[in-house]
Amino acid sequence: MLLRHTPKEVTERKGLVINPAKTCQPIGAMYAALGIHGCLPHSHGSQGCCAYHRSTLTRHYKEPISAATSSFTEGASVFGGQSNLLQAINNIFSVYEPTVIAVHTTCLSETIGDDIPQIRKKAIMEGKIPEGSYVIGASTPSYSGSHVTGFSTMVKSMVEFSEKSEKKNGRVNIIPGWVEPSDMEEIKRMAALTGVETIMFPDTSGVLNGPMTGEYKMFPDGGTTVEELKSTGDSIGTLALGEWCSAAAARELDKKCKVPCKVLDMPFGLQATDRFVDALRTIAGVSVSDELAFERGQLVDLITDMHQYFYKKKVAIAGDPDQVISMVEFLISIDMCPVHIITGTPGKKFEKRIAELTEGLDYEVNVKAKGDLFLLHQWIKNEPVDLLICNSYGKYIARDEDVPLMRWGFPILDRQGHQYFPTVGYKGGLRLLETILGLLLDRKDRDDPETSFELVQ
Amino acid sequence: MSAVREEKLVQWDPVDIKAKLIAKYPPKVARKRAKQIMINEALENETPEITANVRTIPGIITMRGCTYAGCKGVIMGPTRDIVNLVHGPIGCSFYAWLTRRNQTDPGENGDNYIPYAFSTDMQEQDIIFGGEKKLELAIQEAYDTFHPKSIAIFATCPVGLIGDDIHTVASTMKEKLGDCNVYAFSCEGYKGVSQSAGHHIANNQVFRHIVGENDEVKPGEFKINLLGEYNIGGDGFEIDRIFAKCGITCISTFSGNATYDQFASAHTADLNAVMCHRSINYVADMLETKYGIPWIKVNFIGAESTAKSLRKIARYFDNTDLIDRVEKVIAEEMPEVEAAAADVRKRTDGKTAMLFVGASRAHHYQGLFSEMGMKVISAGYEFAHRDDYEGRQVLPLKLDADSRNIEELEVVADETRFRPRKSPEELAALEEQGLDFEKYDGLIRDMDENTLIIDDLNQYEAEKLVELMKPDIFCAGIKEKFSIMKLGVPMKQLHSYDSGGPYAGFKGAVNFYHEIDRLTSSKVWSYLKAPWQENPELTAAYVWE
Repeated sequence: MLLRHTPKEVTERKGLVINPAKTCQPIGAMYAALGIHGCLPHSHGSQGCCAYHRSTLTRHYKEPISAATSSFTEGASVFGGQSNLLQAINNIFSVYEPTVIAVHTTCLSETIGDDIPQIRKKAIMEGKIPEGSYVIGASTPSYSGSHVTGFSTMVKSMVEFSEKSEKKNGRVNIIPGWVEPSDMEEIKRMAALTGVETIMFPDTSGVLNGPMTGEYKMFPDGGTTVEELKSTGDSIGTLALGEWCSAAAARELDKKCKVPCKVLDMPFGLQATDRFVDALRTIAGVSVSDELAFERGQLVDLITDMHQYFYKKKVAIAGDPDQVISMVEFLISIDMCPVHIITGTPGKKFEKRIAELTEGLDYEVNVKAKGDLFLLHQWIKNEPVDLLICNSYGKYIARDEDVPLMRWGFPILDRQGHQYFPTVGYKGGLRLLETILGLLLDRKDRDDPETSFELVQ
Repeated sequence: MSAVREEKLVQWDPVDIKAKLIAKYPPKVARKRAKQIMINEALENETPEITANVRTIPGIITMRGCTYAGCKGVIMGPTRDIVNLVHGPIGCSFYAWLTRRNQTDPGENGDNYIPYAFSTDMQEQDIIFGGEKKLELAIQEAYDTFHPKSIAIFATCPVGLIGDDIHTVASTMKEKLGDCNVYAFSCEGYKGVSQSAGHHIANNQVFRHIVGENDEVKPGEFKINLLGEYNIGGDGFEIDRIFAKCGITCISTFSGNATYDQFASAHTADLNAVMCHRSINYVADMLETKYGIPWIKVNFIGAESTAKSLRKIARYFDNTDLIDRVEKVIAEEMPEVEAAAADVRKRTDGKTAMLFVGASRAHHYQGLFSEMGMKVISAGYEFAHRDDYEGRQVLPLKLDADSRNIEELEVVADETRFRPRKSPEELAALEEQGLDFEKYDGLIRDMDENTLIIDDLNQYEAEKLVELMKPDIFCAGIKEKFSIMKLGVPMKQLHSYDSGGPYAGFKGAVNFYHEIDRLTSSKVWSYLKAPWQENPELTAAYVWE
């Protein structure tokens, strides 16, 4: 047994987190910043933070992740990191020539109280930021929120670019949240099918699922351009996908440029996708294309075909709030039973939302925000499940408890393909269903006695 | 022969390459980097000086990590029965959770906390009001849940800044719990200039709090400790296999697959064999001073180095049976290795490699490449000190502001347990026979003239270097992997081995030959250009009539 010390009996822990279901803010800020074209994320802290975030993102996306660091020393930690950041800005613009440096803070620079806007002012005064280049900043202390909060905060910082002119641009802003590059691509495709012109920010498609050409581009062709970010102030509206990841930026844009916004769940599964498409159609004043309606029909078709295998199957799920909420809704919609639900990100509203979604079900649901995988494992020991949905760390629980695992979320360190195959939208729904059914039936084929081992299923 | 290959045969001028590497830097950066980029002119007894273990330049994309990574990630991470509890915000514990591929074998019922991540998950109120209470609580909860024999506490950046006294918390809890050794590491990420400071901090505390706790004499005739072997990809298991076959008993490995008790008994061994000089030479020195155990440098990467290291150990014990047995083992193991090398050499001979990793691997792995007939044209370390490049004769090094902040333990001979394993005469006789004690000659001397040796290579220089020198393979870590591969050059991780290993010992050598053969001979690198890109001109013949 790998997790051999995990007892079945659950005891309350107040000081100790074991096997976290979250990580810290700066990595989310780094991922978000990679979705701006020509942007170099910069970690204002010890160089270890930057090394860890780059390593984790690289292991997940299997793509180069460039980011710089202020490389704090003990001296900088005592006297403040201003001189390190000024030096870094100068070096970065000289050597790497990005259009944007997106600075995020760390627990170190937050604890000593470094003021990024003030340092930026100084950099501007000292002429360290070339014409047409930009430095933006986000305050992302590791000791509050989670990687999701850091993502959200950096996306909110992007609103700084937005400008309001006299004329609307006829486009809809879409803030996709922390989803895969493939998901962002799919959301854009769906919007295009609906006939809606969009600005997506951030947009990591084409950045973190790039081709192999023999040429290394530190700044790949993808990403939201600064021009597009400026134009977001003139859009007719904003769709923010995910309360946790995207709402803050949408509301900020509304406040700053009076661009009305609607906060939706991330479009995973049938119903959340329906709501997304419906909102898109309403906000842009168009009708939904036949192609998209056809895709929806295909998803419903697959649900009805596969339903017999899903019915009453118990699921444990751990992940980030926006993803988990949509997935729980999807699971319930196909008559699977999400019985253990965890997110590492703090916030009671997650538990409240899950309670709403699971209200009236004829089984008990365990739910915890600020939970960890140790607790999830204990719950599974007490009430076994047929499927676990989790990031790669779930494989230890899956192996010990002999439960099929669907890798979904962040980080996925031991499988590939998530960068290329979306799980959002109707098409993504097909992939989710195919994966879940494959896992359940592979298990059945492994476990069935020879007498009832069957060819046709 | 392809165009790429022909181009590669053009001899480069190292002076020109060095100039190109630093041309784009602002003047201050260029001056500093110039001192860390050295054109090798090593002579028999003299090596030129390289600047190493100095601060990373802010904004220059470095390969380096932090002190916490060196302490918790590298040294203590591979231990399996110690609860490694990280005091800080969640990230530091999360990122160091199972990501270094340290293998372990706890058996059916042994303790194994490696698959677990423990953290106090400090929140804003802990930063404002102090985190000591929460740390105490976390230690108590860890103890109540797991009853481990030992709990290690690791400080992250904010802990030092807000002044949490983790050492007092540790000693208070040790006393309170009674049967659990609790100690702490002040390994805040901002200390030192790289992971290296963290190794030192880890070594000090292991030596202070664990080594010497168990005097029980373990069975075995030829007892050694293996220092600086972290069992990545199962390297340590292969070395253990070879030791067992030779009749050598390993009392403690620092720290691959290590247990608390192994550390506690380390002082009962009779020889320290040092693998990774940079990360662990401190422990070797302290074990010698306090307990009288001599140390020698070994290297189990590469079949020839493995054989040489085994012979050194046998020579030290000066026992005919052991010497014969070692020779027998080498004779048994080598044919398979030689056959594999002969096979891959048909394809690898004359190919070139670059190695930028660690502070021993960029040196150790050169043996493996040379066994395959490959030439290392540029190499360097991420977090080494000058002695790792130039050899230990440059010691002691002048302390700078960053090194001065890292504690240096004052160690004296143990009143009752200091026992010189060899008399001065015996040591002198062994030295006469060519067995060097406390000696490491560093990387520079093993590299050819006019190769480039680069300390703390960064992202920009790596890309330039690959463009200019076109190696057949580039070795570094995960952060470097995909930018190099995008250039169409195979890349092998030598921190965590991608998904491979073991590469140590005899079986490891065979694995490595096959892996490098796969990487450098594969056809997958030939698909980069589509046919229409290779022949963009449309001619009439191609057009449908």
